[in-house]
Amino acid sequence: MTRIRWRGLALHAVLVLALLVFLFPFVWTIIMATNTTADIYRFPPKFSFGGHFFDNVRHVLDNVAFFQSMANTAVVAISTTLLVLFFDSLAAFTFAKFRFPGRNALFVILLATMLLPAQLAAVPQFQTMALLGWVGSLKALIIPGAANAFGIFWMRQYFRSSIHDELVEAATLDGCGFFGTYWHVALPSARPALAFLGIFTFVGSWNDYMWPLIVLTNPDHVTLQVALSTLNRAHGVDYSMVMTGALLAMIPLVIVFALFARQFIKGATEGAVRG
Amino acid sequence: MSATAAVRTRAVAGAPTRRRIWSYWRFYLALSPFYVLFAVFGLYPMLSTIVLAFQRWDGLSARKFTGLDNFAFLVRDPTFWQALENTVVLFLMSTVPTLVIALLLAVMLQSAVRFTSVYRIAYFIPNVTSLVAMAIFFSSIFSTNFGLVNAALRSLGIPQQDWLGQPWGIKIAISTMIVWQWVGYNTLIYLAGLQAIPKEQYEAAKVDGAGPVRTLFSITLPQLRPVVLFTVIMSTIGGLQTFTEPQVMVGNSGGTGQSGMTVVLFFYRAAFLDNDYGYAAAIALSIFLLVLLFTAINWRVFRGRGEDR
Repeated sequence: MTRIRWRGLALHAVLVLALLVFLFPFVWTIIMATNTTADIYRFPPKFSFGGHFFDNVRHVLDNVAFFQSMANTAVVAISTTLLVLFFDSLAAFTFAKFRFPGRNALFVILLATMLLPAQLAAVPQFQTMALLGWVGSLKALIIPGAANAFGIFWMRQYFRSSIHDELVEAATLDGCGFFGTYWHVALPSARPALAFLGIFTFVGSWNDYMWPLIVLTNPDHVTLQVALSTLNRAHGVDYSMVMTGALLAMIPLVIVFALFARQFIKGATEGAVRG
Repeated sequence: MSATAAVRTRAVAGAPTRRRIWSYWRFYLALSPFYVLFAVFGLYPMLSTIVLAFQRWDGLSARKFTGLDNFAFLVRDPTFWQALENTVVLFLMSTVPTLVIALLLAVMLQSAVRFTSVYRIAYFIPNVTSLVAMAIFFSSIFSTNFGLVNAALRSLGIPQQDWLGQPWGIKIAISTMIVWQWVGYNTLIYLAGLQAIPKEQYEAAKVDGAGPVRTLFSITLPQLRPVVLFTVIMSTIGGLQTFTEPQVMVGNSGGTGQSGMTVVLFFYRAAFLDNDYGYAAAIALSIFLLVLLFTAINWRVFRGRGEDR
């Protein structure tokens, strides 16, 4: 009895240690963001929260168009997510529940595209954007990513196992058209899968760095990640200010994650074990 | 679509006539966004990348066909080999510890009874934070004079190190960040895999007198192989495309001795800083070949022979 208890305690000690390691960067970021750089530069460094957070925020706002870039990032992340959810689930439902000529060939093409690294398209894609006049515009970030193979594949797996063929047939017999069946039958039943795909897309889009760096050529019109790297490059010695920017850039992600964490984790692991 | 049409289309067999294909238009319309976007922003650029790899072009003057020149230059470019080596070294330095730690944590998490969902959520958080912000964080803690790592070393009486000014230090800083970011994700994947293993197998092993080590190697690991394959392939694809961490931590130059120069950073520089588009296209093709090669190797090693599932 006691031996088992000790083993349980040791187990939780290791798990809690890992938890502290994982969360430490956030704590230290907050400590840096609430102190002056001089406090951070002391030896030994200051390990407690300070009262300089709002000064640091003001410095960030003085040095980069923070709210503008946060608004840009929000526009990109939200519209990409909504488009992806709609287009991917519609395509996935079609693949999962209907037969039509060319279905298998189209699906194989879809799978093959997942192996292609983004760099393979980056140079000509930039030329395409220039041709369309989208260089410097948020469209260049939203439109190319409005539908993706991963999401279609993932939603298809879900639809195949969660919606019975009879349900689709019954809806059709009741006078629901193809789109009506998608809207009234498929979408409501796919909420957990949509939640996962939505957060996954939102986080990915929020964090995208290389393509915005390339295509958003106007320094006043960048996304948060690019603004942050600019801030770091120009003011890298002012840690407190830069880390305040980093902290602010993470807050929306933490909120989104906190709201949907359970669903997201369930989805993230399900895909791996099934696939 | 009329009430019976959808049902009827499902029953249609044999070679479809032109009129019948037309009756499926709703399905093709539903699929079209992905394929149209892929054609315009994926397939077309990829095909032009292939053409571009055989040309010399600075984005302004006329394109010039130069045959295999870009590739000939690439294989003789020491920076390319350096970038390739760095990428593989960084991949190994980050993936191996990540997956080993993740497996250990997953096994422990499986035997823990309480607070498991708290652990899961906390472990996952590093994976959903701003990459750039965290790269700045890691470069700050590895900073020479004021970094936390050196402060810790000094308090232990160990002389401080110039982490981001040394080739090995740069690699350690970058891979530390990657490990921190991906351990939790892989832990949860392994945990899900572990929970999918039938309990009867463990009971049978116990009856047969197998110890914990024997059980690990004869039941847990073999059963977990498909999940391990998944994590290795995901880590490979991600690892071969490492860009943000070195770019933010040591800059476009790749840092001291170019030891943070990865193939994607090398590609980025050639294309968007040097405007050497033909050369960049050749690099992009080499990245693609690299991803294919590594995926094939992983597949062989982890799937083993004689299994076709």
